[in-house]
Amino acid sequence: MKEITLMKGNEAIAHAAIRYGCDGYFGYPITPQSEVLETLETLMPWETTGMVVVQAESEVAAINMVYGGAATGKAVMTSSSSPGVSLKQEGISYIAASSLPALILNVMRGGPGLGTIQPSQADYFQAVKGGGHGDYHLIVLAPSTVQEMADFVGLGFDLAFKYCNPAMILADGIVGQMMEKVVLPEQRPRRTDAEIREQCPWAVTGRHGRRKRNIVTSLELESDKMEVINEKLQAKYREIEANETRWEEIDTADADYLIISFGSVARISTKAKEMAEEDGLKVGIIRPITLWPFPSEAIRKAAEGKKGILVVELNAGQMIEDVRLAVHDSLPVKHFGRMGGIIPSPSEIVNALKEKLIENS
Amino acid sequence: MNLQDIIKPENKVYAAPELLDEVNMHYCPGCSHGVIHKLVAEVIAELGIVERAVGVSPVGCAVFAYNYIDCDWIEAAHGRAPAIATAVNRLWPENVVFTYQGDGDMSAIGTAETIHAANRGENIVMIFVNNAIYGMTGGQMAPTTLLGQKTATSPYGRRVDLNGYPLEITNLLKELDGTCYVTRQSVHTPANVRKTKAALKKAFQNAIDKKGTSVVEVVSTCNSGWKMTPEKANEWMAQHMFEKYPLGDLKV
Amino acid sequence: MKTEIIAAGFGGQGVLSMGKILAYSGLMDDKEVTWMPSYGPEQRGGTANVTVILSDERISSPVLDTYDIVIALNQQSLDKFGPRVKPGGMLIYDTNGIHKHPERTDIRIHPINAMDAALELGNTKAYNMIIMGALLEAMEYKIPMENVVKGLKKSLPERHHKLIPLNQQAIDKGRTLLKK
Repeated sequence: MKEITLMKGNEAIAHAAIRYGCDGYFGYPITPQSEVLETLETLMPWETTGMVVVQAESEVAAINMVYGGAATGKAVMTSSSSPGVSLKQEGISYIAASSLPALILNVMRGGPGLGTIQPSQADYFQAVKGGGHGDYHLIVLAPSTVQEMADFVGLGFDLAFKYCNPAMILADGIVGQMMEKVVLPEQRPRRTDAEIREQCPWAVTGRHGRRKRNIVTSLELESDKMEVINEKLQAKYREIEANETRWEEIDTADADYLIISFGSVARISTKAKEMAEEDGLKVGIIRPITLWPFPSEAIRKAAEGKKGILVVELNAGQMIEDVRLAVHDSLPVKHFGRMGGIIPSPSEIVNALKEKLIENS
Repeated sequence: MNLQDIIKPENKVYAAPELLDEVNMHYCPGCSHGVIHKLVAEVIAELGIVERAVGVSPVGCAVFAYNYIDCDWIEAAHGRAPAIATAVNRLWPENVVFTYQGDGDMSAIGTAETIHAANRGENIVMIFVNNAIYGMTGGQMAPTTLLGQKTATSPYGRRVDLNGYPLEITNLLKELDGTCYVTRQSVHTPANVRKTKAALKKAFQNAIDKKGTSVVEVVSTCNSGWKMTPEKANEWMAQHMFEKYPLGDLKV
Repeated sequence: MKTEIIAAGFGGQGVLSMGKILAYSGLMDDKEVTWMPSYGPEQRGGTANVTVILSDERISSPVLDTYDIVIALNQQSLDKFGPRVKPGGMLIYDTNGIHKHPERTDIRIHPINAMDAALELGNTKAYNMIIMGALLEAMEYKIPMENVVKGLKKSLPERHHKLIPLNQQAIDKGRTLLKK
C-alpha cells in the first residue's frame, strides 16, 4: 500500500531503500545525512525484509563493503556527505571499473575541507567528472524534493542494475534536511538468492554448481586488454547518454532568459522566475535531473534565440562549464552562486539575473 | 610392479589439490605463497565448501590468487579485504568467506578494516602472510620489517627512531573479543606445513560454525625481496623472524 | 491557497517542533507542505528558525524572501524577520524581553505574552503550542482542529500521546491571545 507521510529527505531515503528491497546499507555518520543510518537502525529492516545495515568504521570501509556486496549481485548502498564522499572515491572507482551496480548518496555540505554542515552543491565536479581515478562515470541524479529523494532510490538502483554501473544521488543539504509530503513506494520483496544468481550470472555468490568460478576484479596488467575494458566502459557511457538523460523545463519556449539550476536551488530559481515575471521579464527554467548524463542537447535547443542564461548553483561555478559546452558560448552564460553553506533567496537570483544579463549586457 | 599397478588409486600417495589450477604461478621460486595456496585449496576441498567459498584477494603479491584457486573471488583495493569480506559474510551468511592478505594490506593500509572486522567478530578467515617486506612493489619496508632489516626504503636497516617498531598485528587481534582463533604458523618445513594446514582447517571450520573471526598468520619468506636463495631465506626466517614472531597458537 | 510562514526564536523554544506539528496538520488537511529548518550550530543556544509553507499547489521554493506570517520570539528574530512580512501580512511576536517594538503600519502586528499564558496553564513546556494556537487563529487558511489533533498525533512519539489534551488546551489558550 502506498503511504503518504511527512518526512525529511534523509528519512525518505531510508524508507525508500527498505521498500525497494535493498539488500544492504553500509555507512558512517556525518552531518547532514546521519538520519539515513539512524532511521534504518530505528526501522530494523533486518527483522522485516532481511536488509542488512552496518555502521562501518569509516567511509572507506563502508564503500568497500558496498563494493563487496555489489560484487555478489546484491542491491547495496551507502550514504555520506561531502568530506565522507571524498573518502569513498577510491571504492567508487573500483565499483565503476568492475561494472558493478551500487547506489551512493551524497548530501552535500559546504567545503572545501571540513567546511560547514550547511547546504552546498560544491561536489558537482567530483560527482560528474569522475571523482576517483581513471576514466569512468557515475549516473548522477539530482533530487529537488523529498519525493524525488524517495523516488530516486528506486530509479538509481534500477539504472545501476540496468547498466551495471554505480549511480549517485547528489542531493544538497536542503533536500536532506527539509520535510515534505512524500508518497512512499510500495514494499517490494528483496530478490531471492536464486533470482540473484540467475539475474547476475557474473556475481560472486559462491560457485553453487557453476563450473567456472566468478572473479570480480579491476586489475589487468596488459595495456591492450585494459584499453579494451576502457572501450567497453565508454561504449556503455554512450548508451547511457543516449537513453537516460533526464531534465525538467518550465516555460522555456516563450522566454527571453533561461535560469539553469539543479536540486533544491532549481526550486528557488522557479520562485525567482515568478518574481521576475512581475517585473515584466520572461524567464524559463531548465532543471537537469541527471547531472551525468547532462542534458546538453535540451539546453542547446532551449537556448536558441534566447538573450542569456543564468546558471545558479551553491558553488563558485561548476555546472556552468557544462552549460557553456552545451551552447558553445553562442549566448551570454553567467553564473550566480553562494558558497560555504549560504542559500540564496529568490530575490537575490532575480537581482543577479538583472545585473548580470540585462544591465551589464 | 608395472605402471598400471602404480597408478591405481589405492597406491596414490600425493595429488595436486583439485582446486588448484594447473597453471604456472607468478610467484618467485622459493616463495611461501605457493605452498599456502595449496593448503587453502586442499582445506576448502576437504571441508566440502567449494560451492560456497568466497575468497578476497589483496593488493600485494597474492593479488592474483584468484587465478589459482578455483572458487569465487573478489579482488580488493589495498587493505580493504576485511570490509569486503564483511559485506559478503553479512549478505550471504551461507557462504564461507576468507581474506588472503599480506603485511602491508593487513597491518599498514588496512589496519582499521582488519581490526574492526575482527572486532565485529565477522565469521571470516583472515589469512595473513607475513614476510616482513613489500614483495610486489620491489622490496620496500613493511610494518612487520624487523629492526635492522634492510629494504629498499630502509636501505641501511630499519631504525626505531625513523621507522618505529615492527608491528605485531596478530597479537593485537588476539586481544579482541571478536576473534575466536588466532595462530601463527610457517611453511618452511614439512612438519610446519602440516601444522599450518591443520590451523587453516580449524579456521575455516570456525567460519562454517559461525564462531567469529579466525586469524592465521603464516610467517613467510620473500627470498627475492630479502635477496637470498630460497634455502638461505628459510634459515634467515628461522633465525630472525621467529624471535619477533614466535610460532604457535595465540588464542584458541 | 498558499501560506508562507517563518517562526524564529531561541533554540529550545520549540519553533522547529511547532513547525513540524503545523506541517503535519496541513498534511492531514490534504495540503502540500514544506518544513525547512535552519539547522546546525544555531540549534544549540543560538537562534533557530523554521519556514513552513502550506499550499494547494506544488510548492516551489522552500527558501523565501518574504512571508505571509512571521512569528518572532526574541529581539534578534524580530529585527531580522519583522521587515520581511509581506505588506498586508501579519507579525506575531512575544513581548518577553523585547525592547525595540516593530513600527510598521502596512502589516497587522500582534504582540502576545505566551510565557504568561503557559504559566497560567501551569506548564511552560506548552509554550510553543500557545504560539501555535495564536498562529492557527491568525491564519486566513483555517485548519480544522481535528486535523491539527491528527497532526499532533503524527508528530509526537506515541509515548507522548498522553500530552495531546494538554497541547490542545494550550492551542485553545493561544487562540484567545489573538482574539483579545
